[in-house]
Amino acid sequence: MDLLKIDHLSKYYSGVKALDDISFSVRKGEIHAICGENGAGKSTLIKVLTGAIHPTKGGFEFDGKAYDKMTPHQAMEAGIRAIYQEFTLIPYLSIAENLFYGHELMKGVVRDSEAMNRRTRELCEEIGVDLNPREKVEALGIAQQQIVEILKAVSQSAKLFIMDEPTAPLTLKETKIFFRIIEKLKAEGATIIYISHRLEEIFELSDSITVFCDGKYVVTKKTEELDKKQLIAYMVGRELGENYPRAAQRPGEEVLKVENLNGTRLHDVSFSLRKGEILGFGGLIGAGRTELARAIFGADKITGGKITLKGKEYKPKSPAAALRAGIGLIPEDRKNQGLIMEMSVKQNISIGVLDEVANKKPYLSKKRETEYSDQYIRELKIKTPADTQLVKNLSGGNQQKVVLAKMMAINCDILIFDEPTRGIDVGAKQEIYTLMRALADDGKAIIMISSEMPELIGMSDRIAVMSNGYHVAELGREEFSQEKILEYASSKLVLEGNNNDK
Amino acid sequence: MINDRRKTMVNYLLDYGIVIVLVALMVIFSIASDKFLSASTLFTILRQVAVTGIISVGMTFVMLTGGIDLSVGSIAGVVSVLGAVLMVAGVPIFGAVVICLLLAAGFGFVNGICVNVFNIPPLIGTLGVMTSLRGVAYLISNGVPVYGFDEGFKYFAQGSVGPIPYPVILMAAVFLVGAFILMKTRTGRYIYGVGGNEEASRLSGVGVTKIKYLVYTVSGLLSGLAGLMLLARTNSGQPSAGTGYEMDAITAVVLGGVSIAGGKGNIWLVIVGVVIMGTLSTGMVMNNINDYVQQVIKGIVLVAAVAFAQFSQKVKANNIVV
Repeated sequence: MDLLKIDHLSKYYSGVKALDDISFSVRKGEIHAICGENGAGKSTLIKVLTGAIHPTKGGFEFDGKAYDKMTPHQAMEAGIRAIYQEFTLIPYLSIAENLFYGHELMKGVVRDSEAMNRRTRELCEEIGVDLNPREKVEALGIAQQQIVEILKAVSQSAKLFIMDEPTAPLTLKETKIFFRIIEKLKAEGATIIYISHRLEEIFELSDSITVFCDGKYVVTKKTEELDKKQLIAYMVGRELGENYPRAAQRPGEEVLKVENLNGTRLHDVSFSLRKGEILGFGGLIGAGRTELARAIFGADKITGGKITLKGKEYKPKSPAAALRAGIGLIPEDRKNQGLIMEMSVKQNISIGVLDEVANKKPYLSKKRETEYSDQYIRELKIKTPADTQLVKNLSGGNQQKVVLAKMMAINCDILIFDEPTRGIDVGAKQEIYTLMRALADDGKAIIMISSEMPELIGMSDRIAVMSNGYHVAELGREEFSQEKILEYASSKLVLEGNNNDK
Repeated sequence: MINDRRKTMVNYLLDYGIVIVLVALMVIFSIASDKFLSASTLFTILRQVAVTGIISVGMTFVMLTGGIDLSVGSIAGVVSVLGAVLMVAGVPIFGAVVICLLLAAGFGFVNGICVNVFNIPPLIGTLGVMTSLRGVAYLISNGVPVYGFDEGFKYFAQGSVGPIPYPVILMAAVFLVGAFILMKTRTGRYIYGVGGNEEASRLSGVGVTKIKYLVYTVSGLLSGLAGLMLLARTNSGQPSAGTGYEMDAITAVVLGGVSIAGGKGNIWLVIVGVVIMGTLSTGMVMNNINDYVQQVIKGIVLVAAVAFAQFSQKVKANNIVV
């Protein structure tokens, strides 16, 4: 029986077809994965189903009732519940208070905290997660917060759960908990629409898969009828093997040497980086890799240790100083750290080199600025209608290229990529990989932090593994294996207890 | 296509509709009073708004970075009293002006310290400075207006080149320099950048702290300049001078479409906002609308301007023309 039937649904944004005549059905009680590159229309579909936006044409039938303009309230009433990546938790309230926020259990006119704590504890025990209902959410790590977020959604009964990248911030341990929650929901007969970039998870969890490409419906298949290669082919609309370019030559001399570095979540980290190589950093979320990058880049304070840059001692005082010394960072959070969304592509690319654009004159030369930015728009093949387009209107992949262009314009010798392809579609990923390798072959030294195992193994010339703030291992190409990296990545967790994601 | 053109036009209207508001106001007041539409009224309006206009330029700088400066009126007040006291004590005009402006810039820098060093939200930091400085103005003057300085100083506000009063020329100059900085220079780009995304700017090597010091200092300096103009206009140092000017300046800047969150806005439209405020008050005075009613209306204008900005943001979000 079909719980949800989507019928010729379209959503246009001033001529752009975000969803173009989509029709498919979701059976009751199944886990239905929706796959597609960024911009394929997945988020738009969720917004329609939760009533956040109204379709331009068509509509859908849910639980036997037809809707074309559903309001968020109707969606809740009908039993549709979405779990977003963005947190909807209130940090100063306890876990239990958050779970029952908006529909508190009451004893007369006062809230019945005891009952809410008890119910929360029961829910946690049932799923096998060790959380104290009275603990404030702000005291939790990101992964645990996401678990609370999921618990909050599932603690209210619903017919359809929509999960958009629920595991993105989760560590291995929490991902397992999450899988148990899914099993419980399924056992209770709930239907789940599941969206994830992690294809492995989709194959493990889902019953059927629907693929979108460029706003169009491609196919719906039973999961066992598909393999990963076919799925990717459907997603990109063409056959595409993952292709990691190899280094053209051996790495050159050492350009960066870090010795016993201490700082925010960093314990005695030492490593060295050579010209022309890509040094991968593996580890779990929260292992301190981002903190290491930020410390070297001068964005966070260093409390001890020594850094040598091209033979000279280097003390990262500020990002501005790091950039002057030739170290660039492409941060993991494009939206909040990489780009100024309300500025144009051109202005974002040139922001780090305005001194050169001004060329010792008091004002900025429009012509020079255009020359600078257009060069990189061409070189990196940034798809934008004009260099004056605001970056907020670009796709994730093109936004990432703008961040990269900004760093290339500054002409850094050492580039630190923090999750270079997060949230980027398969086609653009390949372009980023090719660019990174070209930069390395061109004599740049690259540090790449990645939580995507195939990418880490495919792109790196060497892999350093971090665990809980320690640099625990360094592997050469011949030693690369997923199992080994994971083993090292969790090696310090046992010693330090389970509070690993803070 | 037609749909796109319509949307482009709607976006344009949302951005520049403020000009239509100004024209409409002028038409309404011309009908209500036949004296309104004349060159002398126009200069009266401009002369009237010169003081808040100059303050508005500094406020635009601050608000573009996502901050706000409530201390502008009090800085003008202190400078006004201090300038009078200095000149009465025999300090030459030029010396008094320099001291006053340096001090005003210093007060602005203190705002910068509050924001940069102590991490106080600008609204609170500048509120504190505003309150203290108003007290300082009363302390310096013992609570009474200060009279009896060089007559020559009043030409600063009361003289003119042909029909154009000095204050209007000064305001025009301040706007021109402000516009040049914001639209043509690195510093201007950084001011927008800090308001658009502070962390991304910092990670791009922009000296965010420096930019913040700069905007508050500029705001202080221009408030000082405004205070000197008040002193020249009234020919006496009033400890209450400039009271409520922060409100006028913020309203003008918001009317001009500068985002409260920073990062977005056009200084040319701020001029329109300034002139709207002047037109409103001149028009209301000419039509004998009493002071208290005027204050009510000014408050409503501020709220309406922000409400409109929020509304237009929402419309534009659904109205992207690719």
